[in-house]
Amino acid sequence: MNYTILLHLRQELMLAALIFLLLFIKLGKERSNESILNFINIGLLVNLGAGFCCHETGELFNGMFNTNTIIVFEKNLLNLAALIISMQSYAWLKNNDNMIEFYLLTFTSLLGMFFMISSGNLLMFYLGLEMSTIPLAAAANFDLTKRKSSEAAMKLILSSAFSSGILLLGISFLYGTTGTLNFSIITAHINGNPLQLFAFILLVTGFAFKISAVPFHLWTADVYEGSPVAVTSFLSVISKAAVLFTLVNILYKVFTPLAHTWYLILVVLAAATILIGNLFALRQDNFKRFLAFSSIAQVGFILIGISSSSQAGTASLIYFVLIYIFSNLAAFGVVSVVSALTGKEKISDFKGFYKTNPMLSWVLTIALFSLAGVPPTAGFFGKLFLMMAGAAKGNYGIIIFAALNMVISFYYYLSVVKAIFMDENPHPIQKIAVPTVSKIAMYLCVIGIIATGLLSMVYDYIHSISFGL
Amino acid sequence: MMNLTLLILIPLLTAVLILLAKGLQQIRVIGLTGAFAQLGLTGWLLKSFLAERAAGNNATYLFESNQTWFKALNINYHIGIDGIALAMILLTSVIVVAGILVSWSMDKLSKEYFFLLVLLSMGAYGFFISLDLFTLFFFLEVAVIPKFLLIGIWGSGDRTKSAMKLALMLMAGSALVMVGLFGIYYNIQSFDIVQITQQGIPVGVQKFFFPFAFLGFGVFAALFPFHTWVPDGHASAPTAASMFLAGISMKLGGYGCLRIAALMPDAAHTYSWIIILLATIAIIYGAFATMMQTDLKYINAYSSISHCGFVILGIGMMNKTSINGAVIQMVSHGLMTALFFAAIGMIYSRTHTRIVAQLGGLLKAMPFISTVFVIAGLCSLGLPGFSGFVAEMTVFMGSWQNPDGAYRLATVLSGASIVVTAVYILRATGRAIMGPISAEHALLADASWNEKLAAVLLIAGILLIGLAPFLINHLIMPSTDAIMVQMSKVIVAK
Repeated sequence: MNYTILLHLRQELMLAALIFLLLFIKLGKERSNESILNFINIGLLVNLGAGFCCHETGELFNGMFNTNTIIVFEKNLLNLAALIISMQSYAWLKNNDNMIEFYLLTFTSLLGMFFMISSGNLLMFYLGLEMSTIPLAAAANFDLTKRKSSEAAMKLILSSAFSSGILLLGISFLYGTTGTLNFSIITAHINGNPLQLFAFILLVTGFAFKISAVPFHLWTADVYEGSPVAVTSFLSVISKAAVLFTLVNILYKVFTPLAHTWYLILVVLAAATILIGNLFALRQDNFKRFLAFSSIAQVGFILIGISSSSQAGTASLIYFVLIYIFSNLAAFGVVSVVSALTGKEKISDFKGFYKTNPMLSWVLTIALFSLAGVPPTAGFFGKLFLMMAGAAKGNYGIIIFAALNMVISFYYYLSVVKAIFMDENPHPIQKIAVPTVSKIAMYLCVIGIIATGLLSMVYDYIHSISFGL
Repeated sequence: MMNLTLLILIPLLTAVLILLAKGLQQIRVIGLTGAFAQLGLTGWLLKSFLAERAAGNNATYLFESNQTWFKALNINYHIGIDGIALAMILLTSVIVVAGILVSWSMDKLSKEYFFLLVLLSMGAYGFFISLDLFTLFFFLEVAVIPKFLLIGIWGSGDRTKSAMKLALMLMAGSALVMVGLFGIYYNIQSFDIVQITQQGIPVGVQKFFFPFAFLGFGVFAALFPFHTWVPDGHASAPTAASMFLAGISMKLGGYGCLRIAALMPDAAHTYSWIIILLATIAIIYGAFATMMQTDLKYINAYSSISHCGFVILGIGMMNKTSINGAVIQMVSHGLMTALFFAAIGMIYSRTHTRIVAQLGGLLKAMPFISTVFVIAGLCSLGLPGFSGFVAEMTVFMGSWQNPDGAYRLATVLSGASIVVTAVYILRATGRAIMGPISAEHALLADASWNEKLAAVLLIAGILLIGLAPFLINHLIMPSTDAIMVQMSKVIVAK
């Protein structure tokens, strides 16, 4: 028997095993939600640990599936995010009858992402992408009693289907002009003829949809607002991160000959994404919509980093995603707990929040500072390194533009902090009893936000395993 | 041998202990102990610094230590101080002690309040000891957010608006600084100040990026037209925060401007006329705007714009005397405004008004506070014997050395502003301190021990510089010499 398959696919296999186990648990005799939740969280923890055990390069299925140190690390990040989300949703899922379905859907999606990140072939890539998107649309509809939730699911599935269509058109053109779907062979056949360029643009458009880069972002806010908080955090962190990782893989390894073309595309996309994300975030009152637009702006910064096409570009992307996992999930964690226990999701509801919930207020504030990029939180380093990677190209226009946009973003992040600490409110949100599991997840995020930045070995490690053009 | 990291570790430890403490009494005792420990440390630092210099150690930076931080990006935790940085550190530690003393009875969210004050001071210490531009920038921003929270939560008047305005303007300033630093980094491949100085930055790069970095720091130093955060921010802030803002935070800007001018001397030389123009406008505009103010805090805030203009003017004139003057003015202004704000805070906490017209005859009820107020005022208008005179005089002497006609004109105009200063200071002092006292104010108590101690500490600093200016000159002179060597490389080349 060939054990390399087991080794290379260990993260995927464990996740698949977990999915099947959950199916059996669902069919088997009734158990309390708490015990199942604990079991799932432990399973996720083991899966996370499995990622760290061994790293080696390899490929399976004729180059369809690749793995190497950096891919394993990327999957670990997604596992980590999944674990944190699962812990934070404890309060929400504890009393939910369909708790297992939630995990079935999100885990299937995660599995799809793993295959997508590892893909060495456009077919495998497309398979993974679809496997990751469709369950999420179902998960967005998870609040069965809410109209907004089904609206969100509808919008998500329609926009995904549309972007998949565009992506498929791009893939088929690419196949037509190169005669292959295999990444390593495609590179050799790319000569920049018009049809290939067109195919490439279609492909990038498909990606831009998934990472909600402007002007393909219109679905984001509605979907984020309508979905349950857990699904929103899954969408905004894990799903985005997976697509970004894949985007870098494909741009840096497959479309190498078109480097100058996609550099220009990325810079334009980045500028538009940062500006529009910021301007719309200014006016939001719903917390989830607010975080949706702020996450759009963050993607713009990530695109600046990616545009550098250097080792520092990949490193700063992965580093930023790690920080983004901690910061965004800390913010979503607080919103999730508050929303699960009081149903309040508006920023104006958070006025005077500090008086009643100092601990949650600090977690939220630190998360927002990290998203804004204020030291000593890790967000400062993350954003700075992205921009430094971008600046290495010598295009200072975009850096100046991004720097000024950082100031705009400070305004809306500080507005939330202002609401929490400074605004008077006769009826603030009452004291919230946070479940221990969620509390651990929040502390984990806060420690992550502080430590990831100040401890340079995190970045240095990521840099050492990264690749450039 | 000194370890400069202690300067960051002591505030950090103080901050952590404050978080663990219970009750106002414990918190403020820990805060004060930490501040005094820091003051002692800086005193010892001064002693070892002078000893090293006396022993003939002529290195530009002493107590250097260089540790790798982000290896892949060549970012290092490189620290070290020269005389200028040491003067700033001393200033900071004195103001921190005074600031904590005047906040003695802060009972609203006291834990958070003292924590943020200490955090702010930590940012300032880190900033002054950094020899790596990345670390410098890191600490610059660390010091911004505490100000936002301090003003927004504990402030008075339209506090949230002022806090937001201040935070956004300072963040915009640091965004500009960031662009400037990136420009340097991608042409030298290093953030290290020492290395950049040795290597020199290409002239084209200097000319493009100097405005970003200099104006960015200029926002912090209240350079016209980026001064608008100063009046609102200072007026809304609680007393200690005002002291920290004017005494420490604005100095981050002045110090940064000086370092940038030394790193990019070609560009500084090219743009010096703009710098001088803006500084002169700030000096005159600040002085005249002060004339129109009725609120004591606004008076001091606008006069700060005018006084900080002298710092920029001194840097813009780019000669040894003027830069010496700029440094002394930073220290002097820091002590003086902190004293002024402390006095205003003491008056306000008793009378609950800061409007000059509603005050009067305070000398009768509170002789100590009134004396402090008068001393701060006299120092502000540049009376010989106080630090303000020494500082401004040095700046003028330096400026006058510049033979260019337009520069002479700027010097004359700036000098004339002193008359305006005298008008508004004497008027405010006369109205508030002299004359008849209202019945309700007559019964108010004078300063308590903590307020007295804070004031005495600051006044001691002012008198020390005023009466024995050679002491501070002796401290900073070798460092300004080093800066002049950097700057003159260009001037000779032209």
